[in-house]
Amino acid sequence: MGMLRPRLLASMVAALLTVSVAACGGSDGGSGAPSAAAPGEKVKLTVGLFGDLGFVPLYEEYKKTHPNIEIVERRAEFADHHNNLIKRLATNAGAADIEAVEVGYISTFTSTPDRFHNLKEYGLESRQADFLDWKWQQGLSKDGSQLLGLGTDVGGLAMCYRTDLFEKAGLPSERDEVSKLWPTWEQYIETGKKFAAAGVEGAKFVDSPGEIFRAIVNQAAVGLYDAQDNIVVSSNPEVKKAWDLSNQLSQNNLTAKLAAFSPPWNTGFAKGSFATIICPAWMTGFIQEQAADASGKWDIAAVPGGGGNSGGSHLMLPKQGKHPKEAAELINFLTSPENQAKVFKEEGTFPSIPALYDDPAVQDFKKPFFNDAPVGKIYSDAAKALKPQHLGPKEAEVRTAVANGLGRVEQGQQTPDEAWTQVLSDVGKIK
Amino acid sequence: MATRAPDRPAAPPGGPAPRSHRLGRRGLLHRLDVKGSPYAYIAPFFLLFAAFGLFPLAYTAWVSLHEWTLLSDTQEFIGLGNFATLLQDPYFWNATFNTLSIGVLSTVPQLLLAIWLAHLLNRPLRAQTFFRITLLLPNVTSVVAVVVIFSQLFGRDFGLINWVLSWFGLGAIDWAAGVATSHIALAVMIMWRWTGYNTLIFLAAMQAVPRDLYEAATIDGASKFTQLRKITIPMIRPTIVFTVIVSTIGAMQILAEPLLFAATTTGAGTMVTGGFDREFQTLALYVYEHAFTNFDFGYASAASWVMFVFVVVVASVNYLLTRRMRGGVG
Repeated sequence: MGMLRPRLLASMVAALLTVSVAACGGSDGGSGAPSAAAPGEKVKLTVGLFGDLGFVPLYEEYKKTHPNIEIVERRAEFADHHNNLIKRLATNAGAADIEAVEVGYISTFTSTPDRFHNLKEYGLESRQADFLDWKWQQGLSKDGSQLLGLGTDVGGLAMCYRTDLFEKAGLPSERDEVSKLWPTWEQYIETGKKFAAAGVEGAKFVDSPGEIFRAIVNQAAVGLYDAQDNIVVSSNPEVKKAWDLSNQLSQNNLTAKLAAFSPPWNTGFAKGSFATIICPAWMTGFIQEQAADASGKWDIAAVPGGGGNSGGSHLMLPKQGKHPKEAAELINFLTSPENQAKVFKEEGTFPSIPALYDDPAVQDFKKPFFNDAPVGKIYSDAAKALKPQHLGPKEAEVRTAVANGLGRVEQGQQTPDEAWTQVLSDVGKIK
Repeated sequence: MATRAPDRPAAPPGGPAPRSHRLGRRGLLHRLDVKGSPYAYIAPFFLLFAAFGLFPLAYTAWVSLHEWTLLSDTQEFIGLGNFATLLQDPYFWNATFNTLSIGVLSTVPQLLLAIWLAHLLNRPLRAQTFFRITLLLPNVTSVVAVVVIFSQLFGRDFGLINWVLSWFGLGAIDWAAGVATSHIALAVMIMWRWTGYNTLIFLAAMQAVPRDLYEAATIDGASKFTQLRKITIPMIRPTIVFTVIVSTIGAMQILAEPLLFAATTTGAGTMVTGGFDREFQTLALYVYEHAFTNFDFGYASAASWVMFVFVVVVASVNYLLTRRMRGGVG
């Protein structure tokens, strides 16, 4: 570079400026105020998801009444989906017309209301009466004035278990009796010890402590955050209790050391490497997919410790989309009571519409894969029993820090106390 | 854009005024052509480098001096604050150690193996092209495929490697859970991808070594190994220097392997931390963690700059070391 003459440098800089100006010009396509498409005009809507939410049959149905709408679904892995959404909102490019946001991230996005359309502008405020109140509240902006997301499902808790492994271990395998084994988490751990003592070849009691921790915390009135969005991991006794209980599983060697959603975990389903797994409604669809040839071997019992919520999503409408009106209509359709009921039967994700919980179509629904378990009744009861909990803006990050601590104990690298110290220091750094 | 440059030359301000119009203008054009064109021809590289190399480098330095997060619209100037925090962060030094450890474990055996393989191939062989293409195949495989397959081979419960080890009374090694074991697993993946590539570079260099040197050595009774040590290696030293530097730079920037290894073993939650206890979080992964999951761009930029300095230092040290090889062999 040292040999460049000044005049050449000047022309290079000029050329560079031209390039960069052109680049800037190209990227602000969707930022203006877009108007509704003319009637009959082809409209393509993209829906960004982090997994299968069971929407595909609904798209087909929607196209029958809206022939001009084309719907493209794109899916990414859970953390990638949400992190990419943050990037796309910040750079104002690349977001889908409709984005699904899981409850662990919902506060992150409702605290930036200027990046999303207010669904009230599209008349969706009228849906308020349909939803569980806390689910509705989660979709509102911090000051409550704007409606940013409409709920899809809730993850009422239950416990899935393998009847065949329970029989081998000499434990009762009928679902009501199994539920009686563990009214509390302490009794759940005791049952685990009995299971381990029976020495069933190749099977542990539970997959890993991470999701158990999440479930126990979610059963408390206050979780990782207080209502003022302060992280209370270090001061909330409920968190410490969940931490201690989860670690007891590791310390008694009851876990299969399979991290949730990792490939070895998937293999673990197929191989029957664990006898129980915490089972929010959406997990049932997942088990069915992963353990396809274990039909009839899984069953569903009550979760220890009472009701709670784990997971569930909202659909949001980023401002950068070109067709907000059409997209808002599609959100309304995808979250309608009848469609949530349909998705539940197909995919297992449980509706956030309380009116459905007593609807015989849901209440009497059974799943052959789970030994004809009355999933409709189980998850209705779970959803009615659960206490809503406030989730903070960095919920997912805090949860990961704790989960890594649980992993260190599980792998035997640290004692629970050492791991806890490190968790608190990691959580303290989260801004 | 660059081809446009020669046809609109800015007249040099102090240049001679055209005396008689036709001849003077042509003379000027000719002079510009001779003096200016070479720059125009190399301009595309420098333009792209300025846009995608120099500018990001400078901009990163600027960002690193700020409290700069992605979703916030205000950026506060905090001077060297990010660097101060960074140098006190034990996780940063942990990542530095991991990067160097994985780098040494993968680069040293890799280059030795590559020289040996190239030496074996540097003789009349049947199906030469076949061997050469085979060597390059791992390199054209997608890194995702490589890591996914190797993660299964290194699987704790059902992995092939643990199965083989169990014949010798070992096995059930949780590769992703230990510092040494995870570094070995990652080094193997990196070696798998890059050994063949380096072999081909060495082979090309070896073929330029005059044959008569080997013939003379053979007549003098030198073994193949002595020939490799005393003739081949000194003759291809510039190439060795090149591969050492390129491999060092590559090793300092390892990202995809640990990221995917964690995702496929300890789960997506540990993807950016490289294991539950950051056993194999490299510097690039550390930067990624802060930039793209915490969205702390200021801090991540500071880390990138320190990483850049490390790369320059390590590459320079290796350059000096390999250049001094002369003393050992000559």
